[in-house]
Amino acid sequence: MARESLTGSRIRERRVMQGLKQADLARTIGISASYLNLIEHNRRRIGGKLLLGIAAALEVEPQALTEGAEAALLGVLGEAALAANLSQDDARRAEAFAGRFPGWAEALAASQRRVAALERTVESLSDRMSHDPYLADSMHELLTTAAAVRSTAEILAGDEGLEREWQDRFHANLDADSRRLAQSAQSLVGYLEQSKGAAAAGRSPQEEVEAYLAAQDFYFPQLEQGGGDASVDALLGAQGVALSDAAVFILRGVLEQVREDAAALSLGALQAAIDEIGVKPVTLARRLAVPVALMLRRLAALPSLGGGLVVCDRSGTVIFRKTVDGFSVPRFDSCCPLWPLFAALAAPGSVLRERVGQLGRGQMQFDAFATTELATAYEYNTPVPARGVMLLLPAPTGDASMPVRAVGATCRICPHERCHARREPSIMR
Amino acid sequence: MTKHVVLVEDETNIAEAIRFLLSRDGWRVETLANGGSAAEVIRAAKPDLLILDVMLPGKTGFEIMAELRSDDTLAEMPVLMLTARGQARDREMALQAGVSRFMTKPFSNEEMLSTVRELTAGRVS
Repeated sequence: MARESLTGSRIRERRVMQGLKQADLARTIGISASYLNLIEHNRRRIGGKLLLGIAAALEVEPQALTEGAEAALLGVLGEAALAANLSQDDARRAEAFAGRFPGWAEALAASQRRVAALERTVESLSDRMSHDPYLADSMHELLTTAAAVRSTAEILAGDEGLEREWQDRFHANLDADSRRLAQSAQSLVGYLEQSKGAAAAGRSPQEEVEAYLAAQDFYFPQLEQGGGDASVDALLGAQGVALSDAAVFILRGVLEQVREDAAALSLGALQAAIDEIGVKPVTLARRLAVPVALMLRRLAALPSLGGGLVVCDRSGTVIFRKTVDGFSVPRFDSCCPLWPLFAALAAPGSVLRERVGQLGRGQMQFDAFATTELATAYEYNTPVPARGVMLLLPAPTGDASMPVRAVGATCRICPHERCHARREPSIMR
Repeated sequence: MTKHVVLVEDETNIAEAIRFLLSRDGWRVETLANGGSAAEVIRAAKPDLLILDVMLPGKTGFEIMAELRSDDTLAEMPVLMLTARGQARDREMALQAGVSRFMTKPFSNEEMLSTVRELTAGRVS
């Protein structure tokens, strides 16, 4: 009923705003006042000619009356058309279809929504089940250390004539391995216990960190207000931060970066510059004399922009993600190589800007800004750590000024069959 | 003539324990901790036995096997593969890669010694 309720209410709202009586509007469009009353109280469907007549009488675009209701339905039908590879001509008939067969249109839209929800579930499960590096590494570490302990202990227990030198050496090995074993086992038990307690079973350290950051809304006033080195320790030691050692390691890196960025550019100064020149990352970076990568991170930290951020290392591994609705970033799987993030890695020093939209994800579009950040060299002839940084800002609604590049999340769940960058077949077809 | 075994294992304490065991059993044990140059060393040494871990820095045990099995002069060399992963798939992969025996960690010293003796019975004196 959302469609009808919104449309009827909007007609009534517009009529009242224009000071028109219900009877006068009804007369103008050739229906009875009581019928218009039913429409305005959302008790009658409206579409086609009658809607056009009312819109003309109220001097508004028909979409203004259906916006948020039919527009949402038509948007979902558009997604269904895209998924079914319908021609543009067919896709354009969605409105006529919805007008003539509203029940079928709602049913198709509901199916499309369900497909999208299931795709997101498959995406998440596929990601988790295929790759749980923490669990795999932990088990390997545990068994390897157990093997060393067992062999060494058997030598010590079974060889009575063992020379003193060998005895000392094996005792030292045993001591080191038993400590390592205890630590690995403890860490694994902690991991499994957290998994049991978590709504999403099998949380990895990355997921722990993401959950913690999301709970803080990616905002840390202590660090933003110029906290010193101790402020990160204070945050990590705060009550309620119960994370695994691996997660603390990752989180420390994230928080140190926030602290450094905040010291270089406060959000207040950034907001003031945006008010003056708009959200233009390169111009802002020049104006405020900071590197573009830092500017992208600070823009992502500004709550009012609702932006997302993805950071990867030189190998392409995602090491930080602040997700944004409509753009999926796989946790462990390899990301879509078409993202500007990876193009930026191949062109250090440049800043790339592209409008992107992920296939099968509601056609939401984002302005992606990507660049590469090089660390300072610490010795000669040693590769310098590099990071790709990509900011994702939701594209302005209705803005068709830029071409949109269709990208995916990861090959396994991407519906784009003929992609030149495909690494493996998709399970979505 | 002393029997020669090359042991490719990056876990130093396991390598040390195996080296001790086999040395006591009359073997000359050459240990390598990195898979990167292992195939080259093994080709040059042509040992009586190869003990190979799967998860190694540089190259995996499977990659090393792929290189060695294309060398006819090493076709007869017995290979004992060690791994912390004991799933059926790994065992199958090991056998397909041409290893003679597959042993999962943790193993007992007796198991190690008896396997080594079985694999080299009649081949080395």
